[in-house]
Amino acid sequence: MMDRKKAWEALARHVTQEIVVSTYSSASDWIATVDRPLNYFAVGAMGLASSHGLGLALARPERRVLVLDGDGSLLMNLGTLVTIGAVSPKNFVHIVGHNGSYEANGGHPIPNTAVDLQGIARAAGIGDVRRAETLEKFEAMIPDLLTRDGPIFVELMIQQGPLTPRSYKDMYRAARRQAFREALDA
Amino acid sequence: MEAGTQAQQAQAQSPPPALTGETIIAALKHAGIEYVLSVPDLHTSAGLLRPIATDPDLKLIRVCKEDETLGIAAGLSYGDKRALVLVQYTGMLYAMNAIRGIACDHSMPICMMVGLLGNEPGKPSRESSKFGVRIIEPLLDVLGIAYHRIDVDADVACIAPAIEDAYTARKPVAFLLERRPVHA
Repeated sequence: MMDRKKAWEALARHVTQEIVVSTYSSASDWIATVDRPLNYFAVGAMGLASSHGLGLALARPERRVLVLDGDGSLLMNLGTLVTIGAVSPKNFVHIVGHNGSYEANGGHPIPNTAVDLQGIARAAGIGDVRRAETLEKFEAMIPDLLTRDGPIFVELMIQQGPLTPRSYKDMYRAARRQAFREALDA
Repeated sequence: MEAGTQAQQAQAQSPPPALTGETIIAALKHAGIEYVLSVPDLHTSAGLLRPIATDPDLKLIRVCKEDETLGIAAGLSYGDKRALVLVQYTGMLYAMNAIRGIACDHSMPICMMVGLLGNEPGKPSRESSKFGVRIIEPLLDVLGIAYHRIDVDADVACIAPAIEDAYTARKPVAFLLERRPVHA
């Protein structure tokens, strides 16, 4: 088990021109780690971060798209794994923090905390499926995540909370979306 | 022969009003649509979705559930790619929260084509005997989403300008297929 903030700090040391799509607790930890124009915050409805990411990956095949998701969010949109498996974008990396909790919604447990997300992703048709139980293991796989053909799915075994202070109003404000659009076109 | 009878005979001899998938597809291409994001719908299955699936100019992404289409279309729009969300009205109802959040709250150019399965041909959907069909226009009104009724081929002319407007102004639009499209 690892601290998600430490995992994102490790990832941030490698990220350059990649699009990073994040949502809820993953997003608040990511933005606290690195606030950059190519951050995209999945808005509108819980569970759709990977769908936003898939659209971005298809629209911009020259850029790698990293989706920082959560187990509770993914469980609200499990079909996305089948869609991603079928479309199979090479520039798509889906990193899902598994702490068995709807962390952003009060810390209640997901229906089955022992769910095998890696197994579901594999069964959905995603070819490169990994699990990292420790920070060291995750750090070791980051260069792969940024270079190998995708789609890649990573189940990241993380600890629950404490929650980073967050402001969805700031995260979702129009100026951020405009900055993202401009950075994408640069 | 009485005038009324002549008119009835002429009406009986003229072909019934039609909505063809090919006309819709031509309008979508004219509007710059590159991706079609869809869950199959009996209303559009034969006349529209099958021709789209084999059209080399359109990329069909089959998704598992309708709300996926909202996220994918939003992501595509940031990369300047245009998409059509093709779903049945029940799918639109299912995806309502994603429509609210992505299309409305965040003003994204989400273009939806909604099959009104079970709507009586030639009858306004607000007057449909099916409750689910009857509530679609009022729901779109509440959401503030512009919509266009597509019943016959002549109605298709609105599609391209409405999509252009949606992407220019970054706002959603819906096309309600009141009649089943057919193969030309």
